[in-house]
Amino acid sequence: MQRSIRVVALAAGLWAVTQTAAAGTVTVITSFPKELTTAYQKAFEAAHPGIKIEILNKNTTAAVAYIRELPEGQRPDVMWASAPDAFEVLASYKLLQSAPEVVNKSAPAKIGNYPLNDPKGMYYGQALAGYGIEWNTRYLKAHKLTPPKEWSDLVRPEYFGHIAISSPSRSGTTQLTVETILQGEGWDKGWTQLLQIMGNAAAVTDRSFAVPDGVNNGQYGIGIVIDFLALAGKYSGYPVDFTYPSMTAVVPANIALVAGARNAGEAKQFMAFTMSVPGQQLLFDPKIGRLPMLPYSMLKPPAGYPVPQDIAKRAKVQFNSELSGQRYPVVISLFDQMVTFRLKELQAATKAIHEATAALKARPNARGNELLAQARSLAYTSLVGADNVKNPEFLELFRKSRRDVAVSKQLTGMEQLWSEKARANYERARQLADEARGLAK
Amino acid sequence: MPAITLQSGTRRALAHAGPGPWIAFGLILAFLLCLLVLPVGTVIYTAFVTEGGALTLGHFGNFFGQLVFRESFFNSLWVALASTFFASVIAVPLAYLTVRFEFRGALLIQTLGVLPLVMPPFVGAVALQLIFGRSGSVNLLLGDWFDITIPIMDGLVGVTFVESIHYFPFILLNLVAAMCNIDGAMEESALNLGARGWRLFRRVIFPLAMPGYLAGAALVFVKVFDDLGTPLVMGVTNMLAPQAYLRITSVGVDDPLGYVISVIMVGFSILALWLAARVMKGRDYATLQKGGGALHKRRLSAWEAVLAYGWILLVLLVVLAPHAGILLMSFAQVWSYSVLPDAYTLAHYATVFGDAGHMMGNTLLYCLLAAGLDVVLGTAIAYLILRTRLPVRQWLDWLASAALAIPGLVLAIGYLRLFKGVTLPGSDRLLVQTWVLIMLAYAVRRLPYALRSCMAALQQVHVSLEEAAQSLGASRLSTLRRVVVPLMAGGILAGFVTSFITAAVELSATLVLVSTESQAPMSLGIYLYMQSIAGRGPGAALGVLAVLVVGLGTYFSHRFVERSRATVQSTVKA
Repeated sequence: MQRSIRVVALAAGLWAVTQTAAAGTVTVITSFPKELTTAYQKAFEAAHPGIKIEILNKNTTAAVAYIRELPEGQRPDVMWASAPDAFEVLASYKLLQSAPEVVNKSAPAKIGNYPLNDPKGMYYGQALAGYGIEWNTRYLKAHKLTPPKEWSDLVRPEYFGHIAISSPSRSGTTQLTVETILQGEGWDKGWTQLLQIMGNAAAVTDRSFAVPDGVNNGQYGIGIVIDFLALAGKYSGYPVDFTYPSMTAVVPANIALVAGARNAGEAKQFMAFTMSVPGQQLLFDPKIGRLPMLPYSMLKPPAGYPVPQDIAKRAKVQFNSELSGQRYPVVISLFDQMVTFRLKELQAATKAIHEATAALKARPNARGNELLAQARSLAYTSLVGADNVKNPEFLELFRKSRRDVAVSKQLTGMEQLWSEKARANYERARQLADEARGLAK
Repeated sequence: MPAITLQSGTRRALAHAGPGPWIAFGLILAFLLCLLVLPVGTVIYTAFVTEGGALTLGHFGNFFGQLVFRESFFNSLWVALASTFFASVIAVPLAYLTVRFEFRGALLIQTLGVLPLVMPPFVGAVALQLIFGRSGSVNLLLGDWFDITIPIMDGLVGVTFVESIHYFPFILLNLVAAMCNIDGAMEESALNLGARGWRLFRRVIFPLAMPGYLAGAALVFVKVFDDLGTPLVMGVTNMLAPQAYLRITSVGVDDPLGYVISVIMVGFSILALWLAARVMKGRDYATLQKGGGALHKRRLSAWEAVLAYGWILLVLLVVLAPHAGILLMSFAQVWSYSVLPDAYTLAHYATVFGDAGHMMGNTLLYCLLAAGLDVVLGTAIAYLILRTRLPVRQWLDWLASAALAIPGLVLAIGYLRLFKGVTLPGSDRLLVQTWVLIMLAYAVRRLPYALRSCMAALQQVHVSLEEAAQSLGASRLSTLRRVVVPLMAGGILAGFVTSFITAAVELSATLVLVSTESQAPMSLGIYLYMQSIAGRGPGAALGVLAVLVVGLGTYFSHRFVERSRATVQSTVKA
């Protein structure tokens, strides 16, 4: 046994040496799924035998926190993720450095009205993504449902208990989807629609992947997802389909060089590769299913593949990433307090409202309609008004350090207030709706 | 007069003791301080200070002022208690059946006792979704046949279900061991006095087996309270471990509330273990007579046999459901809203062998090293406690055992904080970015298991054997190496295996500490693959391989242990 311990220790020593001696290694921190990163890693390493790619998979928010925790010279080299906000945050902490030489000049400057690359040159569009609705065809058939086309379809009672979404506080792409709806419909109307959709939700998951995965295996009928998560499932053979509602935005997924990176030179080579023709062609892999940013005239897309420029032309929202960034902490916190942590109560209120609506439709009653209107207003009104979210003082509070007990207390106090208020409102809405239904009989 | 021999033995050992034991003591203490006390201490400290560094209880006030956290706290408590209850419901009858009756299913039950532990709990959760979930096989069939569905995988109920199935072996294993040690004379007296059936079990046998039961139940409670993977995979966020994880990974490592949650988790784990120990205190469960009169084995009547086998079959079906699910998933091409997959493929295994080979290597490397370190430390601590009279040697036992109560998440965060900015000697690499810390975290968390086995093993080695060696001129070190360790081999190996298996499925510390994909062990690989949209097939395939690797490892080491025990015994007798 002692000999074996010695052998193991020796092996461990060797391992440690080889690990520390790995020069020419590019560490890529990314929220992208394994299929995508593995494909790029393999293709790049084959083309550049001297360079090794290390993938560090963390979700976007965790990746930002991770980079912030590390000193210069110890940080990962490349940040690669969908949400532009994360890159804005990193840039604001001076954690990105520009590398304009890696950009592929053949790429268009804009997608729709949205600039492909960061105007300040800190990060670059590497692929494109739109947001939409995925559904499981078998599930919908079994439950005799038709596929929804627009976000507004999802508020209909027949979809109750069939929808899944991930929490915007956990998923950068969901935050973009929520923000797209809020920008498209306006703050107040947007929240009303969101809350109605969420009342129909079966689950709010903690990672973006859980939604398409649940739709893939039939656990949920309908998922609110970023396009490639659905397309990858579809092209991998799952009985799922996907649509872009008109209220969508096509925005770039980005890649950036981290400031104080260990191997900036090799990192730039990797970045350039992801934007080159062979790098873009990889996006069509059935397991990846992403939209490239290079024009299709330079690539060989599979038949029937979505064309990002067409979707962007149809899209009704001009996504404003600055606005999104300003109110980011408010949106995610409000969503968690009103939806993620209060889903059960919101579901109960929505169920009661659906039932009352149906009952009153069959046997109209004026008082009942009045109560129902009250119930809807209670359940589906944002606890933060449009004016409030424009107030810089209010927004400032969310940017202060939570280490300060007073700040933390103010924030947690506010979150607590939202939480209590949401619960009370949903409960009251449920009671009112039940009362309204009683009147219809 | 064994007690007297022992005393004179230790006295003589002490008289001969050079600086050796002190050095060993110092090294072990330093290890525990650096890798357990200080990291956990930094986490606890963060929860009590403000930005300026002043002491405060404000964060706790903020915590308990929040509805979400109060809810999470009660949910975690509820799930841990309910899981302990249901795990008992599964385990107690099984233990009773094997010990009390002549029974053919003993092998089945032994298998049952290890299999669930081999699979990471979150993998079980994923597989159980496919079998019992909203659109799982069972609910689809029930829907077709009777137009009903059972929401057993939803929310807290689902977490409780998965955890009970996963952790009941802790109770089963401990309870079986405890029941086997009950003196048959006790039962006979009870029978003579007229106690039979349920009354005999309730008033005599179960109370006598209480130490084993409590040890198992406390473990289940602590493990469930601390588990992060299962609620995360099942999308339940209103519990303490996910809240702590979500806060620290999204708000940042500087969010005090994450640490408040950690402190509460540590506090409750310690409380549970202390309560279990407390209940036992002042009661004597030791039986004088060993070996001769074990519990009398009864023959089952036909009617009892039907019940017993029926129960075992039911438990087996439920407990093996995740294994069946994961196996199916690993071969499934597409499995969507149907009772069984549409088509089967070997591609997932190809993927896994293609690019996850290093993960198996990593798991083996980290877990073998961690388990090796554990048995070395365990043997050393056991030796210091039982064979020397260093004044504060008992501390080592307490400190090491405290690790049982530290959630992996808390320990990992403690490492990140404590070693922030520390580089590996002679390089510019950060210590927190090497796999060494992952391995050390495994070792620290599994030390209590190894320590218990080593203590038990050393207690069974008579001190006169060492004295004999020393009177023949062997030095203390060579006595240790040539006599004590070989005689302890069985127990050491048992400790090694327990540490190894449980480290192989550890996720909570891994998730925080892994800093590059090439460091990832299988547990993290499974987690990552399980998050993949192109299907969870590769994750399932890796899961099956993990079960096979760990299962086979366990089987062979058990055989090895039995064989070495047999040889040791025959040597000793000879």
